[in-house]
Amino acid sequence: MEPLTNKKKVLIQKPLTFAERIYLPALTKGLSITISHFFKKEATIRYPEVEREMSINWRGMHSLKRDEDGRERCTACGLCALSCPAEAITMIAAERKPEEKNLYREEKYASVYEINMLRCIFCGLCEEACPKEAIYLDGPIVPSDYLRKDFIYGKDKLVEQPLVQK
Amino acid sequence: MDITFVIEKFVLVAVIFGISLLIAMYSTYAERKVAAFLQDRLGPDRAGPAGMFQPLADGLKMFMKEEIIPTHANKWLFMVGPGLAMLTACIGTAVIPWGSPVTIGSKVISLQVTDINVGVLYIFGVVSLSVYGVMIGGWASNNKYSLLSAIRAASQNISYEVAMGLSIIALLLVTNTLSLKEIVEQQHGWHWNVLYQPVGFILFIVCAFAETNRAPFDLPECETELIGGYHTEYSSMKLGFYLFAEYINMFVSSAVMSTLYFGGYNYPGMDYVATVAGPVIAPLIGTVVLFAKIFAFIFFFMWVRWTIPRFRYDQLMHLGWKVLMPLAIANVIITGIVIAIVEKF
Ligand code: SF4
Ligand code: SF4
Repeated sequence: MEPLTNKKKVLIQKPLTFAERIYLPALTKGLSITISHFFKKEATIRYPEVEREMSINWRGMHSLKRDEDGRERCTACGLCALSCPAEAITMIAAERKPEEKNLYREEKYASVYEINMLRCIFCGLCEEACPKEAIYLDGPIVPSDYLRKDFIYGKDKLVEQPLVQK
Repeated sequence: MDITFVIEKFVLVAVIFGISLLIAMYSTYAERKVAAFLQDRLGPDRAGPAGMFQPLADGLKMFMKEEIIPTHANKWLFMVGPGLAMLTACIGTAVIPWGSPVTIGSKVISLQVTDINVGVLYIFGVVSLSVYGVMIGGWASNNKYSLLSAIRAASQNISYEVAMGLSIIALLLVTNTLSLKEIVEQQHGWHWNVLYQPVGFILFIVCAFAETNRAPFDLPECETELIGGYHTEYSSMKLGFYLFAEYINMFVSSAVMSTLYFGGYNYPGMDYVATVAGPVIAPLIGTVVLFAKIFAFIFFFMWVRWTIPRFRYDQLMHLGWKVLMPLAIANVIITGIVIAIVEKF
């Protein structure tokens, strides 16, 4: 049959030479390669003590941001929850009382805001969806835990620490 | 036979047994460390300084695990298997001379449990017995993977024993004795048998790899084909015994190789050291040297494990019967001819 392309290459399996057949030279070569690795510096990073430098667009744990006056930015619009492909976010909205003006920036805020870190795939769509620039995935790696319920992070873990009050 | 003799031997046996267990224990740790270093990793380093307590943690884990005996297993044999593996692994140490005799005052203490005049044959017999633990365990499990593994172990051991025996015959032509003590004494200084029997040594070490079921001949326990091999059904300390027996086997065969081919406790310049260090310290230095050789061999075992991929079953048989055995026979014949010629002139 006429070949479609002229890229065909016939491989011939050469019979092994004597040196190859007695196997020992190849063996010593292999051994010398492995022993050279014995003295190489290891690539391991001892994780909890040493942390690897992440790239600038690394997405880690979420944090709910505050504005320059220390008020929570989130207005519980639910766009993040809506955009979340993993359905990891739930929230309950509440209305701001007049005396809470120093706590929440908008009139409506999230009284409960939970992210299930086991569901989250760290896609960053919540961050993109947020109209208030309230959520960013700029934290560290989410730590491991023993129980599933401990992976549902509430506002206590998510909201950024307030700036030092004057 | 007086009471001091009994005490002396008892202490020696206890010490050797303890040392074998300790070395086997730390071989598991060393194996993981060596593997890690050869692969540019760190290995276990969390339990204690540099992970030194890792074997203890592993042992504790083994003890704590649930003990499962499959309902369809032959209970009695299932329990005998690991014990037999452990037993046969340990008794090989009895005839190895761990050092030249220590002289304290007028008393000469031999650092060898017993010097039977067929020491080499004894070792050989013990090594052949070691396959029974694997076979019985694999058969009693009533699991096809275990059975396949047992069959492999048996045929592999039988095949390689032939070549091993033949390589020893060539060695015996050189040494003219079967007693390990005399074999070691002949290798005084640097007259190591490996210099007279290099081919025999290579044959012997290849067979030793096969007999101890170490990579690249670890077919009886190759995970990719047989799950865990003969210990698939084992759990808890019974599994621990099997794994332990493997490391003790490695230790014993390293000791045998050091004794038969690498001069045992002999090292170049030992006469000078003996005059300087006195009759108590000098033998102990020899023992340290022997252990250094043993550790070097154990390291080599591990080094090879992380270098060479596992052989296929037919390749294994091909190597054993069609390559090693003819080579060993040729080695015997050539050695015999050379010795005859040397004696003539
Ligand atoms: S990062 Fe993605 S998956 Fe995680 S909460 Fe945000 S939108 Fe959902
Ligand atoms: S985090 Fe942003 S998107 Fe999500 S509810 Fe709050 S304001 Fe809306």
